[in-house]
Amino acid sequence: MKPRKNRNVGIIGVGQTVYSSHREDVNQPEMIHEAVIAALADAGLENEDIDCVVHGNMELFEMVHQPDCWHVLGSGAYGKEALRVTTGGTTGTTLACAADNLVASGLHDIVLAVGFEKLQEGHTTGGITNMADPLWGRQLQTGALTGATAQDVIDEFGEKRAKDAAIKYRILMDQHAMINEKAHRRFGLEFDAADELAATSPPLVGELRLIHMCSQSDGACAVIFASEDKVKELGARAAWVKDHITVHREETFTLYGKDKRNTTMRYAARKLYERNGIEDPRKEIDMFEMYDPSAWWGLDWIRDFLLLEGDEHLKMVENGDIAMDGSFPINPSGGVISTNPIGATALIRVAEAANQVRGVAGGHQLVKELNQVLASGFGGTFWTVLLLLTKDPPGPS
Amino acid sequence: MAGRVGICAVAQTEFVRENTRQRFQGMALDVLESLLGQTGLDFSENGGIDTVASVSDDVFDARTISDNAMTDVLGAHYRCEEKVAQEGAQAVYYGTAAILSGHTDVVLVLGHCKESQSADRNMVTHHCFDPFYTRPVGYDYQVAAAIQARAYAAKSYVTDSHLADIVVRARKNGLLNPLTAGELTAVTKEEVLESPCLADPIRGLHAYPVTDGAVGLILASEERARKLTDTPVWITGTGNCFDSFFLGDRDPAGNFALSKAASRAYRRAGVENPVDSLDLFEITDQYAYQQPMWAEGLGLCDEGAGGAWLDSGGPEKSKVNLSGGMLAGCPLILAGLARTAEAARQLKGEANGRQVEGAKKALAHGVMGPAGQFHSVIILERD
Repeated sequence: MKPRKNRNVGIIGVGQTVYSSHREDVNQPEMIHEAVIAALADAGLENEDIDCVVHGNMELFEMVHQPDCWHVLGSGAYGKEALRVTTGGTTGTTLACAADNLVASGLHDIVLAVGFEKLQEGHTTGGITNMADPLWGRQLQTGALTGATAQDVIDEFGEKRAKDAAIKYRILMDQHAMINEKAHRRFGLEFDAADELAATSPPLVGELRLIHMCSQSDGACAVIFASEDKVKELGARAAWVKDHITVHREETFTLYGKDKRNTTMRYAARKLYERNGIEDPRKEIDMFEMYDPSAWWGLDWIRDFLLLEGDEHLKMVENGDIAMDGSFPINPSGGVISTNPIGATALIRVAEAANQVRGVAGGHQLVKELNQVLASGFGGTFWTVLLLLTKDPPGPS
Repeated sequence: MAGRVGICAVAQTEFVRENTRQRFQGMALDVLESLLGQTGLDFSENGGIDTVASVSDDVFDARTISDNAMTDVLGAHYRCEEKVAQEGAQAVYYGTAAILSGHTDVVLVLGHCKESQSADRNMVTHHCFDPFYTRPVGYDYQVAAAIQARAYAAKSYVTDSHLADIVVRARKNGLLNPLTAGELTAVTKEEVLESPCLADPIRGLHAYPVTDGAVGLILASEERARKLTDTPVWITGTGNCFDSFFLGDRDPAGNFALSKAASRAYRRAGVENPVDSLDLFEITDQYAYQQPMWAEGLGLCDEGAGGAWLDSGGPEKSKVNLSGGMLAGCPLILAGLARTAEAARQLKGEANGRQVEGAKKALAHGVMGPAGQFHSVIILERD
């Protein structure tokens, strides 16, 4: 079944705040405003051009109930239609899917999606732990920290190869972050320090070490979606939303047994590629902005997202295929490991992928031609959202 | 709008003060099983439910990513689930957009809330206020509503006696509605007039009762809807709108957001005169004063004429809240979704005991945020 769409939708503006562990210089609406005015400027629009604002984050991080009400002051939603959707870590991609649906439906011509988080104002790991069932899971949950994937990779490929690949993935992402002026954590890691880094970074859970894990950031991201008619009318530079897919799993991880090979990543990718006629994702997709909460997960999920078998994904990291100048660049932005304001994080993946296609990514713009790119979101109990963006408007469905 | 979206099935738990028998997942499961039974749908890959728009609230549920707790119930085994973290009418809005976009054919909308779980619902809504200016002075939705009630009563000549009549009628109607009747008691006008103030001028009996419950719908594209039910109810118009945040930046007695939301929905549905063309109205009245106030915003009477509208029997003539409305009990975040469900039951001819004969067009309304900062309006029609 081919993807169906009432009308084409293009991304025509992206705004990102300064990302930092402490944005004490702004309150929440001010921080959102910073992203919104940047996105409007990028699209060459005024606030009055926006028909609808889609907003998302996780309430218990900052403990503001229905925060879109207060954030009207920064989002510019006064007098406009609005929607708030939140799905944990995937929120940002859910925002993008919602904005795409709202424009494609014909209800709106221009929709602004805003994701934000001020993790400094709460307790991130405490907040995430609070997602678990108070009777059955909360005593066991350690926020988003888990050593299980590290152990799985080590079991499958041996300790040295697994650990080397994880740290190589981490250093590559830091090198990408170093050329993205927006990125939050930029350490300047070098490959010749890999062994020392792997051995001395404090362990969090098992072989998941502090250096492998994503940051806690404050920041907001805004992305503007417009109908094809509007894109043409404005003469805007657009990245087109060809298709998107959302795949969730139940809260009780083991309800259907432990099926390591049929992750939501693999399931979502297979289905998305099938309906878009993609047979060899590594050849037909030109770059990938992946929601990689840790180096271990990033490493492991390459296999699932690209429908690979065996150790192909390890080789891609070992050979540097995922680097800026590699054959399949992943996260030229530095990814989630460098920057993670959770409610914005997945939208940053979409924004960065769109900017690459639009050719406006700045210092980390890829030089190769980009016709079709992929962005992912991760959240909840191993949920996946994928968006496929293209340089040319998709043909009639 | 680009096409029509059909409501194919409606299900709701009884709305009660405190459901100690079930966790919120259990309430939602009852609703889900009813919806699947009515439509014969399942979560299979081809032809099943494509998308779930759930409605819940992290703060009411005291759980980060509150929809995570619902995934075992909502069929989220490799399926799409998205949480609308607003008032439930917005899930209907989003489900409608998702279907009109062409991306999906069948959407399950399912919301739940157990207000009884929090020590005080005002503690929850207190956290809607910004931590710098409004939270420190003790604002919550009830306090904001009281400021609005005072300003509105003065503008539209709505008296304490009017408000008592609204509550008496709401309880009377609610007792005819099996979904709210169980734990509701009739009240006399004197009892309302003598009930102690919560926040002057709002009295205890002017406020909607604390409620636990779940409610759900199946939405489908026109083609699928015709196959799933013999009595589809069409969503022909939606509209919503935000007002500004600080009460001082708004006209507290005005209807800026609601009149814009309503005009958008009327335009999309081709409704020119709501009083003449709509057969019934389900309005979210968290507090008694809101029934005439929102009636003004929806165009049921002129601005400032709320008192006169009540005096002339407006609620009865326009068939406003024959279900009892929110004053007969409804969780805060499900108000507009429950109103949509009730309007759909009316148009399907399933509103036993309160049925409007021959009803063809209805309006459902939802409210979110302090003192009606955000409104949603949905227009429904049957063949």
